[in-house]
Amino acid sequence: MEITLRVNGVERSADVEPRLLLVHLVREKLGMTGTHVGCDTTSCGACTVLLDGVPVKSCTVFAVQANGRELTTVEGLMQNGQLHSIQRGFKEEHGLQCGFCTPGMMLVSKALLEENPDPSEEDIRWAISGNICRCTGYQNIVKAVRWAAAHKEA
Amino acid sequence: MATETRQHQWLGKSVKRREDDRFVQGRGNYFDDIKLPNMLHMAILRSPFAHARINSIDVSRAQALPGVVAVVTGELLAEHKLAWMPTLSGDTQAVLATDKVRMQGQEVACVVAEDVYVAHDALELIDVDYEPLPVVTTPQQALEQGAPVIRDDKEDQADNRIYHWEAGDKDATDRAFAEADRVVRLSTHYPRSHPAPLECCGCIADVNSATGKATVYMTSQAPHVHRTVFALVAGLPEQNIQIISPDIGGGFGNKVPVYPGYVVATAASLLLGRPVKWVEDRTGNLISTGFARDFYMDGELALKDDGTMTGLRVKMLSDQGYAYADAQPSKLKAGLFHIVTGSYDLPAAHVVTDGAYTNKAPGGVAYRCSFRVTEASFLIERLVQAAAYELGVDPAELRRQNFIRTEQFPYRSATGFVYDSGDYERALDLALEQVGYTELREEQRRAREEEGRLIGIGVASFTEVVGAGPSKDYDILGLKMFDSAELRVHPTGKAILKLGVRSQGQGHETTFAQIVADELGIPPEDVLVQEGDTDNTPYGLGTYASRSTPTAGAATAVIARTLRAKARKIAAHLLEAAEEDVEWDGAKFAVRGAPEQAKTMQDVAFAAYTNMPEGLEHGLEGVHYYDPPNMTFPFGTYVVAVEIDRGTGQWKPLRVVAVDDCGVRINPMIVDGQIMGGLTEGFAKASMQCITFDEDGNCIGSNFMDYLIPTAWETPRFELHETVTPSPHHPIGAKGVGESATVGSPAAYVNAVVDALAHVGVRNLEMPVSPDRVWAALNESGLAE
Repeated sequence: MEITLRVNGVERSADVEPRLLLVHLVREKLGMTGTHVGCDTTSCGACTVLLDGVPVKSCTVFAVQANGRELTTVEGLMQNGQLHSIQRGFKEEHGLQCGFCTPGMMLVSKALLEENPDPSEEDIRWAISGNICRCTGYQNIVKAVRWAAAHKEA
Repeated sequence: MATETRQHQWLGKSVKRREDDRFVQGRGNYFDDIKLPNMLHMAILRSPFAHARINSIDVSRAQALPGVVAVVTGELLAEHKLAWMPTLSGDTQAVLATDKVRMQGQEVACVVAEDVYVAHDALELIDVDYEPLPVVTTPQQALEQGAPVIRDDKEDQADNRIYHWEAGDKDATDRAFAEADRVVRLSTHYPRSHPAPLECCGCIADVNSATGKATVYMTSQAPHVHRTVFALVAGLPEQNIQIISPDIGGGFGNKVPVYPGYVVATAASLLLGRPVKWVEDRTGNLISTGFARDFYMDGELALKDDGTMTGLRVKMLSDQGYAYADAQPSKLKAGLFHIVTGSYDLPAAHVVTDGAYTNKAPGGVAYRCSFRVTEASFLIERLVQAAAYELGVDPAELRRQNFIRTEQFPYRSATGFVYDSGDYERALDLALEQVGYTELREEQRRAREEEGRLIGIGVASFTEVVGAGPSKDYDILGLKMFDSAELRVHPTGKAILKLGVRSQGQGHETTFAQIVADELGIPPEDVLVQEGDTDNTPYGLGTYASRSTPTAGAATAVIARTLRAKARKIAAHLLEAAEEDVEWDGAKFAVRGAPEQAKTMQDVAFAAYTNMPEGLEHGLEGVHYYDPPNMTFPFGTYVVAVEIDRGTGQWKPLRVVAVDDCGVRINPMIVDGQIMGGLTEGFAKASMQCITFDEDGNCIGSNFMDYLIPTAWETPRFELHETVTPSPHHPIGAKGVGESATVGSPAAYVNAVVDALAHVGVRNLEMPVSPDRVWAALNESGLAE
């Protein structure tokens, strides 16, 4: 079936099978590979995207459920050639190693900061607890989000 | 030769990572991000049974599904002599099952289709007639008389024993025990675990039928080794095989072995003449690929009444799964487990190891660990704590009393290692000072006596052995464990460094550029680091077992120094001075006594291509294969404080203080990142992360809902400190750090929980120390609320 959605601010249409997962729409049909698949069971968060601004795990959302909605992926974070503060925070605070969880981590963090511009360490740990990182031990991810909170875009 | 006045411009600097720009933009290049024209998709049918005879496989319904291009079975592979493949330990493993399945999740057939969804649909249309057989789920059961022989395909295999291997001196150890005042014993199981990198395994195999060239994009921590294995397994000419290991979403040892999926995808591409992509799913990853640990260990420590350790006796039985597939040096049957004497001056030790087949996945990979060092460190650090309780002394002080002393290095251990350097007491002192040990012990007593709260303090003073390894002792499938670096300095003074190792998040693009920058006096951003493409990098054994810095890092420093020596000759020519009058100050060459007359490396590099002195070869390029003279021995002390909830048995770390000594630190930010990741792994294993099986061999832990991995919420906060004791034999004094914390910290966490209950006589809790196990101990001792 034909679906239309706004992806990172741009209207996109696709003809999809009803069973197609949102993550496969993004990766295979829309050609944006920054969103990753880590577990297939909504457990790890590598596939996290924002649907109408809310983090969802795109490995367990059907593409058709995104019809008519606003989708943000990691490719949509950068604006006017400038890294988003959350992207800069991850780099500044060494919040990533292999980089596989990073897009999902950044997107849940962005959603957190929009709701709570000055989150405590505990707020951040809770917000990212649906996302698994196997490399960093999370401490620098927490610092990265704090960095972003302190360096908002003008 | 003129004396150099060297300042480190780039060693020891927390340079921000070069790799991050692409990753934070979602522009990494993992294998699954690659799409080739005309590409097919492969899915794997896995066995639901742990042990069964295959009576028949009917693929006709699957074959008939529109979109299916081929269904591959073991029978088809057998026609091409590809039904079995060698493991990295010299055993064999089925690519696709022919006679029997020997573990749950074993690969039985593969569907190749135009679409990945169709490939998975077709799996359900394959009809396999299985005849279930008795299942062996423990190594103890495997070695019983009359146990079903799992590897009846092997002519010389009459039982389930794989190896028997010993280290140390039995007679000397027996004497030590006969003369001991006390003997302390501890039996424990380091449970089966799985590295579970966030990216599963997979590949795209692209065999060009016109040229015969096989390009395989795969999740490989050791691309050169894999190329050679492919050549041997498939009989393809090695020059026609190109392994490209693009960005890897974590490896942790899981991406060292060769898996059936890689082989079938390559065979399918060869037979079909089209690229074939295989993306493993998480269940496939957890149930079939390289597991880690699963050692049953019995340790005995001989002591004098004054606390002096005089002997160590260890028996170990390993659950290897259905194939012996440890990715480890071939001479060492239980890896480096015989480092089990740890940080202690033990005059006698004897280690007896056995490995057995069971109906489980093969592996035994070095999961953030240098070949079984984690198991060894865990045993000795648990045993020392038990000894402290037996003697009624403080566990930290008993460690101090028995440490190998600084003046004893290089130290030959009772099992044959030569420790390069160490200062164990300094690391212990710093850890105790930082945690406030005396006050913490007082707080523990007060909380227990006045408030009924259970606080425990655990110490672990680990020693690792990494950097495999010297070619006289270390090889994998005969390939000596050197590693390599090729450095090319371009005419404009920019450089490319090509390595035989492969980063999976360790930050090689940054740290190795820093080594070159420091040696050549050029900025690290001018050095591009290339890894993972076998056509374009020199041969190397790959990244695992904390070996990249000790081997390839050394190779990088050596080749950079070789080029610098040549650069000095060119500089002398440019400065019209005698070579011996030209000095290098870390940034430029200058004439002694006339520092205003100087040439930078950029000046020299340009001359190497434009104005070379007569008699010198053009260019400023070279390659070095580094054969390490010895292993390196990182060490440290971790102190963990926990509190137990007497109502639920849950425990929480209150403090985690880590002192690491990995020699000279190239990039402290990256080192700290590695340590925090390892401390999290240690916490994971101590508290929740393990793979178990039911009596039928069903894997409990086949997805991330059952295989528990700590999130940010459970993971403790870490306090990091350092001491620096350089390796005397490494060109820049570095030792390797990717695994120290995984090796050292599990015992610290478990020691802490046991310590909280030691006053009621608890001496051991098995990993994972789950709330139910703690609650059972609380209940038994009347402490449960």
